[in-house]
Amino acid sequence: MNPALLFFSSSTLVHLSTVDLVIIVFYFALVLSIGLYLKGQANTGEDFFMAGREMTAWVAGLAFLSANLGSLELMGWAGNSYKYGILAAHWYWIGAIPAMLFLALVMMPFYHICKTHSVPGYLKLRFGPGAQAISSISFAFMTVLMSGINMYAMAVVMRVVLGWDLNFSILISSLTVAAYVALGGLRSAIFNEVLQFFLIWAGALLIPILGLVEAGGWSGLQAKILQNLTELHVANPGSYTHLWSTLGSFSTNPMGINWVGIVFGLGAVISMGYWTTDFLVVQRVLSAKDLRSAELAPIIGAAFKMCVPFIVILPGLLGLALLRDPQGHLLRLVPADVAWSAQGQAQGLHGYDEVLPLMLARYCGPGLLGLGITALIAGFMSGMAGNVSAFTTVWTYDIYATLINKNASDDSKVRMGRWVTVIGVVISIGTAYLVMQAQSIMDYVQALFSFFIAPLFGTVILGMLWKRATPAGGWAGLLAGTLSSVGMYAWVKVDPGAVRYVALSMDAQDQAQNMFRALWCCLICVIVTVVVSYLTKPKPDSELKDLVYGLTPIPKTGHVSMIHSPVFWGVVVAVIFIILQIVFW
Amino acid sequence: MKSGGALSIWFFTGICLGVNGLLIFANGIYELIHPPDQQVVLGNLHANVWWGGILLVFGLLYSIRFSPARERKRLSGSA
Repeated sequence: MNPALLFFSSSTLVHLSTVDLVIIVFYFALVLSIGLYLKGQANTGEDFFMAGREMTAWVAGLAFLSANLGSLELMGWAGNSYKYGILAAHWYWIGAIPAMLFLALVMMPFYHICKTHSVPGYLKLRFGPGAQAISSISFAFMTVLMSGINMYAMAVVMRVVLGWDLNFSILISSLTVAAYVALGGLRSAIFNEVLQFFLIWAGALLIPILGLVEAGGWSGLQAKILQNLTELHVANPGSYTHLWSTLGSFSTNPMGINWVGIVFGLGAVISMGYWTTDFLVVQRVLSAKDLRSAELAPIIGAAFKMCVPFIVILPGLLGLALLRDPQGHLLRLVPADVAWSAQGQAQGLHGYDEVLPLMLARYCGPGLLGLGITALIAGFMSGMAGNVSAFTTVWTYDIYATLINKNASDDSKVRMGRWVTVIGVVISIGTAYLVMQAQSIMDYVQALFSFFIAPLFGTVILGMLWKRATPAGGWAGLLAGTLSSVGMYAWVKVDPGAVRYVALSMDAQDQAQNMFRALWCCLICVIVTVVVSYLTKPKPDSELKDLVYGLTPIPKTGHVSMIHSPVFWGVVVAVIFIILQIVFW
Repeated sequence: MKSGGALSIWFFTGICLGVNGLLIFANGIYELIHPPDQQVVLGNLHANVWWGGILLVFGLLYSIRFSPARERKRLSGSA
């Protein structure tokens, strides 16, 4: 048999037509062309790593959102909404919007005024090289893992929908991403993220539209989910379509979480940590051309973020209501490890994360299917590119130029950036295979966030708001927070009964455990930072200028009309956010 | 957006959506004339025709509004 034919299996969800293939090939040609076109504009470190700091608010805002709108959003959260119901929408609303507005209106002036290249770079200025080293190394580790997750997710889509071999898909996507990021740097990544934003909406928007038509609107969808889950004897079937009313106790909702975990674990720690200190997303905003653009960019991102559940959460709920097997029986999706087992494969089972491709195949014929698949591919590759470009910047500025070659010239940094892009992609390929062991993609990612992002938020926010925080305090707090999070995760893995202490209930599912672990490790980080700071000598005020509230003259955005004011649009987004909570209560 | 020289990201976006819209719209028209043996769910709504048409119009508007010639003219005007 020709080895090339081994890439394709006989059992596929759909078969692509010629027009679908043309659409997919056109996308690959376009992104590579953009990389080649931008190569000549990535000659200095500022160009390659920060896109010249000349992006408009719209470009920075859409890239800010798109950097997060990769495969994890599309497949992982559609799968989670199938598994947990509308509770998954919390990760788009309370788990994003307040933090994005906080970044825009409170934190962005600090990042902007200190002209840092990265979040670890801010920690170096504020707490010294110790905190920077912990943050940059843990961030570099997380980004290559995340990049691998994106590769894996893309490979899953190709396997489910087209029957392509996982290895083949990983190879194609990694080569393309390595080429266009190494050529054009952050600017190339941002261009492709904006392109991906439009492709995702163009390719995915039809699913909820047609799904709601088939289900008979929102009320019809609710009734069908209730009927199906009752038929399957699922506990609390009514809780799958309510956002807050079932969060009074751990046992009355499918996630096994209460409002404390959602509000404080997710909203106050995980979300704040991710959207304000994860350099992957913050880097996009740092590329904005001026302070007003930098403040408006997260607000534009927040406005669109509120709409994303329509193309991610709703398809998962539609899957609960509408998916049936060829015999007309209710199709029940299962955890990935069950679907992937020999028995699961023999029975033709599908994992939670496959709900979006299944819905795509349900409604999209030739042409539309190609666009939908292209949107997914764009999301995956953008997720990879975002992580790789952030990894490259942190490695070059915070590890190479800080710890290895302190006298590195601008040229050598750009050369290093291009090489590290390729190396980062190679490491990501290795991590893609690790992800295959995870039960659900997003559960795995949230575990990573709680390891690294939650304590980082505690350190950064104390650094910005409390001038008494000392370098020793920042370093010790960050280290204690990270180690305690990993420790709690290992404790529950070794002794599953420990979940009653870590997550306060034996009903807590993976996501709930992540939320509480994040909450505790952030608190540990803050407490250790405060205690150690009081025991050590603080920096003089003169060294904290432009780094800490109270010692930093906040730059003004200039006189602008209300319609151009970031504060005005921040209030508009906040009001819509509150209305959504009430509507889906 | 200036970054990117004469070709702005919005031009690339217009090209991308326009080409995809054209392909989907043309395929939808073909299916109207030669209906396929197997329809997807709600295939009777002919989503490929109207959705492809929307993308085509959107893509054309962006391609023309942010075309290299217009961008050059705009940049030289603002210099």
